[in-house]
Amino acid sequence: MKRAVIGLAVLAALLVALPAFAGPYALSVATLILYFAYTGQAWNVMMGFAGQLSLGHSLYVGVGAYTAGALFFHYGVGPWAGLWLAMALCVAFGLVIGFLAFRFGISGVYFALLTIAFAEFTRIGFDHLDWLGGPGGMFLRVAQRDAWDLANFRGPPLMYYYAILFLTAGAFLLCFFLLRSKAGYYWQAIRENEEAAQALGINTFRWKMAAVALSAAMTSISGVFFAFYYNNLFPEQIFHISRSIEIILGPIIGGIGTLFGPILGAAVLTLLSDGITEALAALGWEIPGIKQVFYGVVLLVVVMFLPHGIWPALYRRLGFHK
Amino acid sequence: MSLDLVVNVAIAGVLTGLVYGLMALGLSVIFGVVRVVNFAHGEMMTIAMYAATVLFTTLGLDPFLAVLPVAAAFFVLGYALQAGLINPFITRPEHSQFMLLVAVAIILVNALLMIFGPGARNVQTDYQLESFEVGRILLDKSRVYAAALAVAAAAALFAFFRFTLTGKAIRACADNYLGAKVIGLNVKKYYSFTFGLGAACVAVAGCAMVLLVDVTPGLGPYYTLLAFVIVIVGGLGSMTGALLGGVLIGVSEALAGLFIAPSAKSMFSFGLLIVVLLLRPQGLLGRKP
Repeated sequence: MKRAVIGLAVLAALLVALPAFAGPYALSVATLILYFAYTGQAWNVMMGFAGQLSLGHSLYVGVGAYTAGALFFHYGVGPWAGLWLAMALCVAFGLVIGFLAFRFGISGVYFALLTIAFAEFTRIGFDHLDWLGGPGGMFLRVAQRDAWDLANFRGPPLMYYYAILFLTAGAFLLCFFLLRSKAGYYWQAIRENEEAAQALGINTFRWKMAAVALSAAMTSISGVFFAFYYNNLFPEQIFHISRSIEIILGPIIGGIGTLFGPILGAAVLTLLSDGITEALAALGWEIPGIKQVFYGVVLLVVVMFLPHGIWPALYRRLGFHK
Repeated sequence: MSLDLVVNVAIAGVLTGLVYGLMALGLSVIFGVVRVVNFAHGEMMTIAMYAATVLFTTLGLDPFLAVLPVAAAFFVLGYALQAGLINPFITRPEHSQFMLLVAVAIILVNALLMIFGPGARNVQTDYQLESFEVGRILLDKSRVYAAALAVAAAAALFAFFRFTLTGKAIRACADNYLGAKVIGLNVKKYYSFTFGLGAACVAVAGCAMVLLVDVTPGLGPYYTLLAFVIVIVGGLGSMTGALLGGVLIGVSEALAGLFIAPSAKSMFSFGLLIVVLLLRPQGLLGRKP
């Protein structure tokens, strides 16, 4: 435990100091890693803690991004106000899905497919909403990339890096305390055996709803970040099922239900994907699709040989359990 | 908009839906027996479609003849996939199986992209532009043939499960894993056999589908989702349900494309899925879990 705290402190210090010695490219990669780490952490609350498999988390990213993006695009309302509306909408979406699923006793594969259905339904719906740009996309004005305009969350890449670092650290701490709180124990009981949890007097419906709401709220913030970092939104991209899969690969590869798994998984996958791109470019093998084939093979190998993810295997090796 | 047009479109939807149904039947059989959701189903479908186009352009083989070699190859590949990769995963949690098949899907779809590029491919047979005239209704010949092939393949599969000893053994494995083991069935072998059958269904559906639409690598995820929607609407594990679901989705896609917009057609499928999941989660013809 003590070693874990020291390791974490060193990692945090390194991440805070990173911009001092990283170039623009490395900074953008680090931002992407932290983005996936944060979003993976948010998904992990629902799946890793409470055992509810969502394959439609792109829904919350997309709704969050479009809400804050549209408020800024149409009315010039900054993200600090838009964030709350985005969060409220995503929580509402999550509660509706959760209510319908849990009330009607839908679980497991069926629940996962229901989440896909809602995300796809919304994607096609957004394709037909002209107010939000439809399939042609919505583009936020890019202004003044040098100055930090915190009120409108516009600024240089450094600002976005620190913002997402702050979010990731916050989510990590939140999950750390959640896991040790009453809610965390209730969720884990539900994850391991829902009937037994219910028999012990846990209101499983309410606690599953709480997990979905919290996960949706956290994911909506990823969406707001996404909108203001990338400045362009397309339903085809943001709501697509491959985005949902991208979100959950990190925590699954890193170690589902663990605190550090989503962060490690995001780093491993992003660096892997980047490394493959560069290695293939160096070899001159730039055929479309080849990168993803390698990526898929690595994924396959990890899932086959590390069924619980990388972090649980690494954790003991590093002696963090002492 | 004339009634004739609506009827024509609806009938075309039924015919396409039967091909969808056969594709979904593969998924349903695999899930019903192996209890694994094949997230690479649509990707397998696109591979079958590519196989049919390649056989057509290189050997001039009509897709209806290509069915035999493609289905045989798919049976072997499906068997190998289950025996080599999926069997070790059947006792693992759902998300782990999901990841495995997602990895397989990523590899398949991008291998297709590497080999064939992103462009669309199709086959052109001389009967594709012809149609049957029944009163005021026009039926594309290729669509009628494709649907007939799908129905024939589905009937063969029904007969297999109903009348052969192997089919009976597979049903036993699906009904009671432990019981099947106790009476000495090699369950894992039957699982592999089932996956092979499911893959063969997809192969036949792919060869039929290639007469109706152009194929691109990106179709894979779309067909995977479509197959999910169909089997859930019809009832996961129910064979007639898969065909019924296919026809329902085929008609709803066709009519939504006609009345609203072609790009909105799958929205109705997903809407239907949500309604069915909520009102009858076991599907229209599924048994209560």
